[in-house]
Amino acid sequence: MAEFVTNGVLRFDEIVPRDINERAVPELERLKNERFAPDGLKPPHTGTPLDDCYPDPSVIGEYLRLPAIRGIIESLVGPDPTFDHDFTHFIDAGATDVQPLHVDAVTDSPDATFDIQLFWFCNDVEPGEGGTRYLPGSHLRRVRSSGLDRYQHITGEQQVACKAGTVFVFHHGLWHAGQPNPGPKHRWMHKVRLNPTRPQVRLWDTSDLDDVQNLPTDHVFARMDHSTIADTLRTFQPWLSVTEYRNEQMQRVALWRYLSGDPKYDVDHYRTRLEQRSALVER
Amino acid sequence: MSSSTVERQQVLYLWMQGSALDSPVIGWAFHDGTGGARPGVPDVDPPYPTGVAALVDGWMLLQSSQLTPLGAGQEHVNSYLEHEFVFERRILLDR
Repeated sequence: MAEFVTNGVLRFDEIVPRDINERAVPELERLKNERFAPDGLKPPHTGTPLDDCYPDPSVIGEYLRLPAIRGIIESLVGPDPTFDHDFTHFIDAGATDVQPLHVDAVTDSPDATFDIQLFWFCNDVEPGEGGTRYLPGSHLRRVRSSGLDRYQHITGEQQVACKAGTVFVFHHGLWHAGQPNPGPKHRWMHKVRLNPTRPQVRLWDTSDLDDVQNLPTDHVFARMDHSTIADTLRTFQPWLSVTEYRNEQMQRVALWRYLSGDPKYDVDHYRTRLEQRSALVER
Repeated sequence: MSSSTVERQQVLYLWMQGSALDSPVIGWAFHDGTGGARPGVPDVDPPYPTGVAALVDGWMLLQSSQLTPLGAGQEHVNSYLEHEFVFERRILLDR
């Protein structure tokens, strides 16, 4: 979870069984072709409880109901999320289009709540052959979607390359973009966005949280306990300035406070220092 | 420029890790007004280690981002890449 808070993305290699992957493309192709047609396969209505989405028989439904996938979903947005939307992202073999870097939807609210987006790659994706480009650690920035168009390259960005059945889970704010597919195979991907319906507090397996939750006194310039999650939240992405890095840590801490239900949590004293001082003025 | 040549612009955006032109490059974008008729940027990531290295390679600085005062309540919020430098190269092409 600390890795998700830090990078805004989790990767689960080959988590979907081969049998499901091998049956995926015909259904994804139907959804792609029939979504906006008068008749045929339609996505669920926005707001549908996930449990009611893609009932049997459906390969997409089988994938979304896998215990491992439901465990991921439940850990991040709870046991009863609702369907926001999905889409079949298809990139033709040989396609040269480059999608600009963007965030989905609109500039989001400044609170710590978040949606997740699951990217399911049902076929192998070779390096450089249409895998989604994304920028780890970009998810907590406040930007307008189209404002990112001009960034052709950023140090530290990554491009998906994976085996069939791999699922990436994005925080809704992660910067990402579709890429050209110079390879000989079509690239298929199913993306679904899910909304939480309850506070996202301690929804994951927190049996070890007391052991790894650092004290708010953990400070890089004083004393540090390297066995705690502070070490993960201190991850430095190569495209950050020192100021941005410290700001980013403060944003990660805000998210971790929400997730762990610990309003005093801190890393490197940045928030505590300010909160303690402002309390003096308000007294 | 003679009547047998035309001038075209190549534009290079570099985003630096810090506010100085000799800071490390952390982002870049290239736009080629020659339509590929002339070489672009070095084929390495990033194309130049710093903005000064781009100057040494013949790029002319057009604009750098200002350092803007922080808005109240925005002091700890990151947004777009902060330190943007725009360069150009003017290229003469045969008509």
